[in-house]
Amino acid sequence: MTAYEPVIGLEIHVQLATRTKMFCGCELVFGDPPNTHTCPVCLGMPGTLPVVNAEAIRLGLMIGAAFGGELAQRLVFHRKSYFYPDLPKGYQISQFDEPLVSGGRLGDVGLERVHVEEDAAKLTHAGATGRIGGSTSSVVDYNRGGTPLAEIVTLPEIRSAEQASSWLRLLRETLRQLGVSDVNMEEGSLRCDANISIRPVGETTLGTKTELKNMNSFRFIEQGINAEVARQTALVQAGERVQQETLHFDPRTGSITSLRSKEGSHDYRYFPEPDMPPVAVPDELLQSALSSVPELPLERAERFRTELGLHEESARLLAFRRALGDYFEETLQAGGAGTDKQQVANWIGNDLVRRLEAQRKDDEAGETDTDPAQSKVTPAALAELVALVVAKKINRKAGEQVLDVLVAEGGRPQAVVEAKGLAAVGGADELRPVVQAALDANPDVVEKLRTGNMKPIGAIVGAVMKETKGRADGGEVTRITREILGL
Amino acid sequence: MIDRDTVLHVATLSRLELRDDEIEPMARELSAVLGHLETIGELDLDGVEPTTTVVEDRSPLRADEPHRSLPREVALREAPDASDDGFRVPSPQA
Repeated sequence: MTAYEPVIGLEIHVQLATRTKMFCGCELVFGDPPNTHTCPVCLGMPGTLPVVNAEAIRLGLMIGAAFGGELAQRLVFHRKSYFYPDLPKGYQISQFDEPLVSGGRLGDVGLERVHVEEDAAKLTHAGATGRIGGSTSSVVDYNRGGTPLAEIVTLPEIRSAEQASSWLRLLRETLRQLGVSDVNMEEGSLRCDANISIRPVGETTLGTKTELKNMNSFRFIEQGINAEVARQTALVQAGERVQQETLHFDPRTGSITSLRSKEGSHDYRYFPEPDMPPVAVPDELLQSALSSVPELPLERAERFRTELGLHEESARLLAFRRALGDYFEETLQAGGAGTDKQQVANWIGNDLVRRLEAQRKDDEAGETDTDPAQSKVTPAALAELVALVVAKKINRKAGEQVLDVLVAEGGRPQAVVEAKGLAAVGGADELRPVVQAALDANPDVVEKLRTGNMKPIGAIVGAVMKETKGRADGGEVTRITREILGL
Repeated sequence: MIDRDTVLHVATLSRLELRDDEIEPMARELSAVLGHLETIGELDLDGVEPTTTVVEDRSPLRADEPHRSLPREVALREAPDASDDGFRVPSPQA
């Protein structure tokens, strides 16, 4: 049987983090009472004129610069016409043949374009009875209408649902760190449509695509794409054809249904927006956008890997969670030259984060990411702790106990070590008699060790740990044992 | 050039209600308009940028500062059916 491969392109709508709407000064506040942020412009009253929000353009240019796309030199808007109650003018002001950004790339996926436009209003479908299904009327809230959006369109370069969702995570984190959007999928500030087709493996032309609409979580995106690929594959294998249509994925049932399209056959009749003739992008706006792009997750992960020698996994963790990455770099700075960078990464990424997240569950679990800088553990204290462990002044178990104290109370590791008597039983001189005593007390173990069977060494390590109250270094105990027995 | 079906299609897109006796005249008039535009096609326009506006670079940009929005009762005043603090419309999905 012919094998098929999916070909997937994504369209992502991102609400830009401006204070006001795209073409009027109504304030953007999520969750306010309906229709409290409207004016004649965003209600589509006759005789009003839209005026572009410069900040929306600046944020759009930042996205383009972050992706390495070509930035437009002038702003050109078009009207995209369709009748729907969420669009009071009967058209959406969008961009058509001259998008703000052309081309570009993020990670393993190339981009076709990024354009800016206005969001539609929010429709609530609820009948007089209050039931959602079978409702005969809807209520429109125009607060959201006119919110600036950037629409990011990828090339059809994605080959699996898993690749789509992992790339989207990268995109979301990149946009978050750029600071252009709050990228909150539940509140709809980042929404994703997928264009999906299949073709026989090895084929280079594209099959007929369908558009899967508005999936609002990474899990649904993955499930939705997989379900649609399965549906198309079954169709084609049964000798039928895929129809070009817009589809809705229902995550509760896993089913895919056809949406009656807003306008028959996407007959949007684009034409140049006469209310806003083309205008050059002001140079100071462009310069401000270019200078506002920070180091982004992929670049930072690359730097952590190549310049600091971190493992791939640590590099990505610290780069993709900016608060952790910043804290990591501050810890390295506090520790100075000779700090074991991978060890610092491990202590932050595993031990510290786990403790802070556990602590947070007791308080209120907020929306924001865990930020060690907000904890009682200063970067200098963490650097000192890691140095103590790396120098074997304390063993790892003791280090974890010290960290418990630092998380709860703050303070300096050396002081905690002294107060709790956690210092490792010092060098060989101090440890050797203890090991000798353990060997003397366990002649049967010694016998086995002498035959080359090293398994029972655990009994010796255990005995030494007991004697030293856990302050010995296991590796050191093994080394001294071998030395004494001449192994 | 513009036939009856095209007129009806465009009328649907534009939410226009045409009486039966309006359709043929509309088709004639639209055809005449398009015919007129097509005379432009006889010109050699290679290398000429399309003129979509004659007032280039006059669109101002606005600072991202809030203005005062309408009080809700004012916003809803002209609505034929205002209820549940919003504009009630026939359900587009019904």
